[in-house]
Amino acid sequence: MTPVVPDPVLSVADLRVSFGQTEAVRGVTLAVARGETHCLVGESGCGKSVTALSVMNLLPRGIARTADHIRFQGQDLLGLSERQTARLRGDKMAMIFQEPMTSLNPAYTIGSQMSEVFERHRRATRRQAMDRAAELLARVGITASGMRLAQYPHQLSGGLRQRVMIAMALMCDPELLIADEPTTALDVTVQAQILRLLQKLQQELGLALLLITHDLGVVARMAQRVSVMYAGEVVETGTVAEVFAAPTHPYTRGLLDCIPVPGKTQTGEPLGSIPGVVPRMPPGFVGCAFRDRCTLAVPECAESVPLRDAGGDHCYLCRLPPDWKRAAAA
Amino acid sequence: MTHAIEVRNVYREFQQRSAMAGVRRTVRAVDGVTFSLPSGDVLGVVGESGCGKSTLARLIMGLLPPTSGEVLVDGRSLNGMDRRERARLIQPVFQDPYSSLNPRQRIRDIVRLPLAAQGDLPKARQVERVMEMLARVGISSEMAERMPGQLSGGQRQRVAIARALVLHPRIVVCDEPTSALDVSVQAQILNLLAELRRELGLTYLFISHNLAVVEHIATEVAVMYLGRIVEQAPVQDLFRTPAHPYTQALLASVLTPDPALGIPDVGLGDAYPDPTNIPPGCRFHPRCPSVFAKCAATMPDNIRKDGRLVECLLAVQA
Repeated sequence: MTPVVPDPVLSVADLRVSFGQTEAVRGVTLAVARGETHCLVGESGCGKSVTALSVMNLLPRGIARTADHIRFQGQDLLGLSERQTARLRGDKMAMIFQEPMTSLNPAYTIGSQMSEVFERHRRATRRQAMDRAAELLARVGITASGMRLAQYPHQLSGGLRQRVMIAMALMCDPELLIADEPTTALDVTVQAQILRLLQKLQQELGLALLLITHDLGVVARMAQRVSVMYAGEVVETGTVAEVFAAPTHPYTRGLLDCIPVPGKTQTGEPLGSIPGVVPRMPPGFVGCAFRDRCTLAVPECAESVPLRDAGGDHCYLCRLPPDWKRAAAA
Repeated sequence: MTHAIEVRNVYREFQQRSAMAGVRRTVRAVDGVTFSLPSGDVLGVVGESGCGKSTLARLIMGLLPPTSGEVLVDGRSLNGMDRRERARLIQPVFQDPYSSLNPRQRIRDIVRLPLAAQGDLPKARQVERVMEMLARVGISSEMAERMPGQLSGGQRQRVAIARALVLHPRIVVCDEPTSALDVSVQAQILNLLAELRRELGLTYLFISHNLAVVEHIATEVAVMYLGRIVEQAPVQDLFRTPAHPYTQALLASVLTPDPALGIPDVGLGDAYPDPTNIPPGCRFHPRCPSVFAKCAATMPDNIRKDGRLVECLLAVQA
């Protein structure tokens, strides 16, 4: 039922993460292929970042992940020791974060931070690492790389810092890049530039890109595949063409109705909105997590929810049939 | 007709001490802004971070005095106006409902504070007004007893709106009121603001970096760049036929959820606007895709035509 991605770089099956009395991730399954961008989209608290951190094994101390498997290039990450994971992290799998100012160390130069990764994973000399850093700064569109390498993070603009973060993530030629809201803190014009850069690099290097965002506009323009998350679950997944052409889960539809689109939504007309707030899920919760906010909910929604096939790679977690919208209109 | 807001050639400078060698630099956050906003309209102010839009909002609320120029609210100068009088005319809703509400006070007390500060209503009547307003924005009387920490982001923003409206002001300055909220909650708050404006005949100054949101709520849009309004027009005109190259770039960078379109090339290059170092000539010329020789030397005039203002040398030629 879940779409089959041939030979994925990353494959996660039935991932679960709990924080005390809240189950933040409740059985997430997803796969990212080489050269593919897979977007994980949802509102704050839906578990999208926790999913990413679980893959990188960067969860807070004492918080455990469980899963059927988290497979990276065929190797199950669940069985690896912390030391073995650290060897992969920053090397074959890399991650960039939302706020480049807090993820760069303010006390070290750009060059020293960039070269550290390369020296560590490649046993390169400082000289070789600096050359590699300069090469990557040029690659992400930063001119005068020699000067930039000697600068500190505060001397760069937000857009430049995010370029540095991307360059740093690419130092060791990763196979998988996880980007968690990489453009949320940036101005719209800079966002477009950074996304274009990410897309270009991804295509040139054949990266598997797992892109986490709350912005359906970013998803539509960047991804080949999308997974919509709600309250710790993937409630709808498919290719971007499928999901945007026929959003089927009531939550996905609701989200799309909420965003004003210049030229489409009428000025002054009320926007669609989803009543209520995202719930916190206690462990052992049964039934559809969206049912309290769903206008189509019936008593059966409190029972376990089927994963339904909407054709192609497109499936969703809801009792409604794929053509419910048409059936409701008729 | 008196305008709700009139801003006359306003400048605001800040002194910034550089960390290195203690050099003082002057930042011109607002650099000669003039506009007037008719009563009942919504002026959307858009622009990138550092363009001066929040400073402009603070000048209009009287939270900062202008270095020169004058701000009139409801036909009266803010200069020398009593704080309590100002509060009855104009009220703010800020971006972050997590830091704009006192975490140690109950919701009903937070919303009552403006009434208590005015001091002209007996307490029982104040409480009545608070409960009416909270009910109007969708906060139950049970929630009114809680602390801000027990509310979600959307509920807090409703409380902030109730606090802004409890004195029945005519003008509300909304500074990025939905930027910290999730999209589903953003839609609820935008709908609420639109309803309240219709019912109460409010005038909004609506600041946002999200052009789709501004297009949805505004009647008129001003585009700011490094302290100046470089284009201003009725919302339909601005979105249909943007005249300034910067407005065009901003509109191009809006990512609508349409998978058929890729990531746009906004054509702005890598230069980044720096308010401490405003370029000579047209301040946008280092990033402008349509730049020509004259732009670096000549500061463009305000061209006003058919209800539209454009500050660009290309508009002069056209």
